[in-house]
Amino acid sequence: MMERDIVVIGSGPAGLCAAIEAAEAGAKVLLVDENAKPGGQLFKQIHKFFGSREHSAGVRGIDIGTLLLKKAEDLNIEVWLNTEACGIFDQDKVWVVRDKSKSMTIHAKRIILATGANENVVNFPGWTLPGVMGAGAAQTMINIHRVLPGKKILMIGSGNVGVIVSYQLLQAGAEVKAVVEAAPQLGGYGVHTAKVRRAGVPFYTGHTVLEARGTDHVESAVIVQLDASWKPIAGTEFELDVDTICIAAGLTPAVELAFGAGCRSVNSPVLGGLVPWHDQRMCTSIPSIYIAGDVSGVEEASTAMEEGRMAGLSAADSLGYLEESRYKARFEAINHNLLALRSGMFGQKRRDAKEAIMAASKG
Amino acid sequence: MQRILEHPILGPLPEEEKVTIYVDGEPVEARKGEMIAATLMATGKPYFRKTVKRHEPRSIFCGIGRCTDCVMTVNGIPNVRTCVTAVEDGMVIETQMGFGDWGGNDSK
Repeated sequence: MMERDIVVIGSGPAGLCAAIEAAEAGAKVLLVDENAKPGGQLFKQIHKFFGSREHSAGVRGIDIGTLLLKKAEDLNIEVWLNTEACGIFDQDKVWVVRDKSKSMTIHAKRIILATGANENVVNFPGWTLPGVMGAGAAQTMINIHRVLPGKKILMIGSGNVGVIVSYQLLQAGAEVKAVVEAAPQLGGYGVHTAKVRRAGVPFYTGHTVLEARGTDHVESAVIVQLDASWKPIAGTEFELDVDTICIAAGLTPAVELAFGAGCRSVNSPVLGGLVPWHDQRMCTSIPSIYIAGDVSGVEEASTAMEEGRMAGLSAADSLGYLEESRYKARFEAINHNLLALRSGMFGQKRRDAKEAIMAASKG
Repeated sequence: MQRILEHPILGPLPEEEKVTIYVDGEPVEARKGEMIAATLMATGKPYFRKTVKRHEPRSIFCGIGRCTDCVMTVNGIPNVRTCVTAVEDGMVIETQMGFGDWGGNDSK
């Protein structure tokens, strides 16, 4: 059986950084991804990132992706694309299928899961109609494929994804008819929200979508106001002329491989639901399996990158690749960055949630 | 719908070789290497398949290969995720009805 020190599953921001950190320590790393191109969802992030300078704040996600790929290439990291990781067995064997045809098992002394997250749906009559899609799907269509999914858009959800994708839809030439937010207040960072507001897009807080209308495709959407207990108020319905409804209602960690492997789960509503238990080193309840990025709790690409570095560092260290002083210096540096990203009005809540996961029983 | 030819951040749409795919028998021009779903969305195809029981239309939902809402019959093989499958010259794409037809006797 083929053997590698560390197999990293998923080549988004977390997986790339994990692979780079571990390879820099000297570990023999294999990075696998089911897609034809590496980078995960990084290359559709054409906006500038937040955080401090060490986190490449002010740099667009797409450019961060290019830098990371260059680094992985310089380090000669082995990358298998078009490779689906189907399961983990005996805590250290990864079953993969390459090019939809070749099945094989790799013995991995350590496994780092960086599988990301899936978009949530909101159910309403008509939600399965063509034209209703995840906000991330619309973002992929415009920024990766350069195709407009529609011309008249309704955005459901005013969190960061909702307002960032709304702005990017405007940049791509679409008309955003409204942003609807069920909560009584807006959810996204001020700077992103303000850009959409300045473009003249109406925001409806305390509103939701009641129904999508259309035969073979969305032709309109019905919006309704919600009362204090989030129930629709009769008589407040109005119809919007839209051909596309984007749903930005958060993400759910893609935990299938982790839980299939037997990793202990912890419920973290703030971070997207059930996540694998993990410690500060990003080690799960199974000592050979580490996690990083959205699979460990949905945050942002910047935190995913730092978590990736932490997982890569810890996994390499557990295999004896690092001198104690170097390990300590890197651990402190990465941990410092993570704490900085999890501070402030939006960050503190995530920091508390993260600490609650780590404090939960390991099982 | 339409291709984004000019973009304030990404610049003009790069030149790309063209290939021809056949969608329900009709030739359609596609950009080499792009995903089938991107071609179909650019041409304005309203739906990609119809469901098994209620024959409801479906198109892309997640766009990254997770939800399987966008599956179609490609080169005779049903249930191909069009959002993560690249076009190839001469590819035959069919709007999928229900489970699709695998051919042979066991598919009915």
